[in-house]
Amino acid sequence: MTSAFAPQPEFLRLTRLHAFYGESHILHGIDLSVAKGECVTLLGRNGAGRTTTLKAIMGMVGRRTGSIMLNGNEVINVPTHKIARHGVGYCPEERAIFASLSAEENLTLAPIVATGGMSVEELYEMFPNLKERRNSPGSKLSGGEQQMLAMARILRTGAKLLLLDEITEGLAPVIVKKLGEVITELKQRGFTIIMVEQNFRFAAPLADRHYVLEHGEILATISREELPGKMDWLHRTLGV
Amino acid sequence: MEIFGIPTALLGSQLLVGLINGSFYAILSLGLAIIFGLLNIINFCHGAQYMMGAFVAWIALTRFGINYWVALIGAPLIVGVVGVLIERLMLRRLYKLDHLYGLLLTFGLALIIEGIFRDQFGISGESYEVPEALTGGVNLGFMFLPIYRGWVIVASLIVCFGTWYMIERTKLGAYLRAGTENSQMVQALGINVPLLITFTYGYGVALAAFAGVLAAPIFQVNPLMGSNLIIVVFAVVVIGGMGSIMGSILTGLGLGLVEGMTKVFYPEASSVVVFVIMVIVLLVRPAGLFGKS
Repeated sequence: MTSAFAPQPEFLRLTRLHAFYGESHILHGIDLSVAKGECVTLLGRNGAGRTTTLKAIMGMVGRRTGSIMLNGNEVINVPTHKIARHGVGYCPEERAIFASLSAEENLTLAPIVATGGMSVEELYEMFPNLKERRNSPGSKLSGGEQQMLAMARILRTGAKLLLLDEITEGLAPVIVKKLGEVITELKQRGFTIIMVEQNFRFAAPLADRHYVLEHGEILATISREELPGKMDWLHRTLGV
Repeated sequence: MEIFGIPTALLGSQLLVGLINGSFYAILSLGLAIIFGLLNIINFCHGAQYMMGAFVAWIALTRFGINYWVALIGAPLIVGVVGVLIERLMLRRLYKLDHLYGLLLTFGLALIIEGIFRDQFGISGESYEVPEALTGGVNLGFMFLPIYRGWVIVASLIVCFGTWYMIERTKLGAYLRAGTENSQMVQALGINVPLLITFTYGYGVALAAFAGVLAAPIFQVNPLMGSNLIIVVFAVVVIGGMGSIMGSILTGLGLGLVEGMTKVFYPEASSVVVFVIMVIVLLVRPAGLFGKS
């Protein structure tokens, strides 16, 4: 919503981003930019390159070319752990909760990368289930609790750019509703968010802008205002 | 006095021998388990690094007059640094490949290291005096306990359980456990995993060298001392469960005792009992007694 008024400084800019897994060429020159405080989604069918885009930003693919500017810094050749230290929090599709660590150990594992992160107590207030399960091993948490934990652990670090990959996948409607409330609160707090989301009904009211990907390229950029007029096209393109 | 027709003095002394061997198995298998857990490398030169620890202590004493206590700290540090160099210069290139490549590289390194020491020092073996403070023994009534051997057991227990505490109860240990499960995600959270891997390998190697220094006054310091031991240690790791920290410690100590008791009750089987147990465990519980399938 911030982008609709005074332009905000750019947090992330991808320019002609190509990404490869071994010999496979997955991203074919992605160009996008996200301003501070914006929430954008990456939409597309399976295999369109949405998850790879997030992984490419984090440096978790085999090879990347092009440019990734984070807060004005080029990070295309920066190792993954240093990208996280630029204030990027990554919540992967599989959640990647560590089974041998307790919920609280998972929560406090990541180092603080910047000031302004949420305290453990604030996070327990936001996700009360986690407080009850703080001593449970990661492997014993339900899918919803794991998802909340995966979100909570990046909010503690002070990361300002959140990369959220399919956070609603496989979750009960009540948990999805809770996550929607959390995203709304994070937007109000000024977080910059990039979401990969299959659940368009979840993502549409939250996002300021949508990037539609196909075959590793940006097919279209749709702003919140343009969305109602493009719904038919979007449904046909996404096959939903 | 006899138990099952065996004099208690004999039983006690074999229990002690078993406990001492078990202490070495525990420290060495712990190092192997830590390295395998994070690096996915089966460190076949662990025995050579154990031998290097003993030789560094012997060289320090005979050439520079550096005593046992300094060597007990210094030798693991020196050999640990050698381990860091091995990891940085060689092992790092193999992480994306199958385990077999790491095993082959470290096996080759073991042969090279042993070859160099054999060339320099021969295979007749060198003796290392027990430090003065630990000479003599204590009569326990049913057996005589040499103080140095008691010290070996105590020192290895301190190091093993100290390492377990570090891994299970500290932030660094949480990084290690998380890295063992999903190192890429740990890195995505902002943790310097390559540095963590280097530290882990160096620490695992330092543990081997520490065991080598402990062993120097008990066994002969010999270029082949590691290769004789390492096959049993690999069996211990398999029985305990690859990558299991507590499994390595308990299995190491337990199998040392089993080996010692076998020497009393059926000596002919004492050199193979560990391998018999390994075969049974692999058939019944392939992930090991403490491993997760």
